[in-house]
Amino acid sequence: MALLQIAEPGQSTVPHQHRLAAGIDLGTTNSLVASVQSGLPKTLTDAEGRDILPSIVSYQQDKILVGDSAKALAIEDPQNTIVSAKRLLGRSLADIKQKYPNLPYTFSGNEDHPSIATVQGDINPVQVSSEVLSTLVERAKQALGGDLEGVVITVPAYFDDAQRQSTKDAATLAGVKVLRLLNEPTAAAVAYGLDSAQEGVIAVYDLGGGTFDISILRLNKGVFEVLSTGGDSALGGDDFDNAIVDYLVSEFELQRPLSHQLERQLLEQACRAKELLSSQDSVEVVINHQQQTLTLELSKATLNELIMPLVSKTLRACRRALKDAGVSTSDVHEVVMVGGSTRVPLVREQVGDYFKRQPLTSIDPDKVVAIGAAIQADVLAGNKPDSEMLLLDVTPLSLGLETMGGLVEKIIPRNSTIPVAKAQEFTTFKDGQTAMAVHVLQGERELVEDCRSLARFELRGIPAMAAGAAHIRVTFKVDADGLLSVSAMEKSTGVEASIEVKPSFGLEEGDIIKMLKESVTHAKGDIQARMLKEQQVEAARVVEAVQAAVQQDGNALLTDDELAAIENALAQLTKISQTSDIAQIEQAIKDVDTITASFAERRMDSSIKTALAGHSVDEV
Amino acid sequence: MAVTMTAAASERVKSFLANRGKGIGLRLGIKTTGCSGLAYVLEFVDELNADDEVFEVDDVNVIIDSKSLAYLQGTELDFVKEGLNEGFQFTNPNAKGECGCGESFNV
Repeated sequence: MALLQIAEPGQSTVPHQHRLAAGIDLGTTNSLVASVQSGLPKTLTDAEGRDILPSIVSYQQDKILVGDSAKALAIEDPQNTIVSAKRLLGRSLADIKQKYPNLPYTFSGNEDHPSIATVQGDINPVQVSSEVLSTLVERAKQALGGDLEGVVITVPAYFDDAQRQSTKDAATLAGVKVLRLLNEPTAAAVAYGLDSAQEGVIAVYDLGGGTFDISILRLNKGVFEVLSTGGDSALGGDDFDNAIVDYLVSEFELQRPLSHQLERQLLEQACRAKELLSSQDSVEVVINHQQQTLTLELSKATLNELIMPLVSKTLRACRRALKDAGVSTSDVHEVVMVGGSTRVPLVREQVGDYFKRQPLTSIDPDKVVAIGAAIQADVLAGNKPDSEMLLLDVTPLSLGLETMGGLVEKIIPRNSTIPVAKAQEFTTFKDGQTAMAVHVLQGERELVEDCRSLARFELRGIPAMAAGAAHIRVTFKVDADGLLSVSAMEKSTGVEASIEVKPSFGLEEGDIIKMLKESVTHAKGDIQARMLKEQQVEAARVVEAVQAAVQQDGNALLTDDELAAIENALAQLTKISQTSDIAQIEQAIKDVDTITASFAERRMDSSIKTALAGHSVDEV
Repeated sequence: MAVTMTAAASERVKSFLANRGKGIGLRLGIKTTGCSGLAYVLEFVDELNADDEVFEVDDVNVIIDSKSLAYLQGTELDFVKEGLNEGFQFTNPNAKGECGCGESFNV
């Protein structure tokens, strides 16, 4: 007998068509899956009642282990046991080697798509992530009692196109449909229902085991914009534990190096003490060493002293993120706490003091991202009435293409809500032009050289026509996950070419901020440069058109003097268009127009005569 | 009493209603669909329809429309766990046959 859940009014499903969906927090260290059942979002547990799945996959001769069983092999068999694959997703080999020089893996595969050599052959990071996803999806299927409509997977706000695409690929490989990729801080805000407000600035403080992220979001008419992100990829709760261990080592007067066993014992005691001090004022630490029992009373005050420098470091990152976002602490409406380390009272206190408001902590900070993803998945699967607004994300930078003269024509402006599709018509520049190059760019600047090149493709098979006669429709589409595809179509013949943008390296968060800042600083110069380029392009077009006309009809319709005058004006225009005087170029174009006006009239008359030859006026 | 609930069911219904934070009760109903003709409806209720009847079962407002009531007389609502899966189950004395999955039935 299938088990039923309580639906929203009028949203009951027919048998066998339950719209089951789940949210997945695919973390660097740990992953979780959550779902909304009978209106209540909650994390789903495995058969042993555990909701956290370590994001670790171990490739053994005859089997693949995922989670806790793989974690057990991480020390024993590090080469075949892959931890933190998320850090490797969508990155090139050079990138990985530079960022993480000490990984125990043997890399293989090519530069852009590295993989790791294991006893089961070469495994790439997408495959590793897909094993973690499959395990969670399988768990969800069992817990929900059926196949999933799809999942929402969370990704860090600073993930670029390549990393997002790799996450999607991992889901495809795991055989599950991605309803949406959602930014982690946005998911946390959704879990607290902050999306129901109309607007406001939200800070999401995410202190996990090994990483710290701060994101400043702005909610505007139901759309979350990421204003800035910051943090430290090597700062987390593990550093708190290490600080306590160092203190114990010096208090117990132990001499390093210590045995692995003793280090492990110290670390366990440090972790236990840290957790207990969240709810009590002091704790006794007991260490057994060389038949001796060492004891120490660790007070909350001492703990606070030990970790204060680390907490201060996170606050400095908060200050930078606020500055990048162009807001102050008084603009922040809510502060959301994410990550297990935000349970430490000092962290809550300091964050509260810094932002001058009580941070939101009522939802388990380990689960809050997965819960937010589950709520979003429930809406996307269609279990809520239409009146409930869908959460939207925005494009971080403008997207456009190169036009004549090295200019960028923006098609989708920055901060457009996604999914979005926009089309614009372009035409050919030369008579008889049969191909057009489409160069896709990302950035806020006016000139191609100042923006980031994403992709190039060519539209071929345009029928030969006069310059400006072809209609080429270029469409930019960004799907709900922020992935771009561009297509170009010539309207009379329907010939089409398109490309999906999967850049091998994306932009780092810092690059985005830098590009935005430059676009402001250079705004005036850029516009000047743009106007100049436009005039130069126009001049070249005029020269070419007039020359073509002269070649065709010049002998028949022009006197030698007129011909000389026109050629003189063209030479003048060509010369002036090399300079950077916009006004002069404009004037020279006008001069050519004036000089060629009567020639143009005569050409028109003559072509009408040709058209009417053999017909009487009455016929027309 | 038109319908009854097990302790497990009423406890869950109360907590789901409290979590949702709005609504006036729980709707039980049937609709014609599915491989065996009829299927159960289990929904939160925000407003009553003209033909709704309201019963108080274990401090929960249970709302049943008059047409469904005929098919649900004597039904017990239970909340059960099967492996990792958990949810509500109807035990309906009026049902004569169920499809293989039990999601739809006939009377």
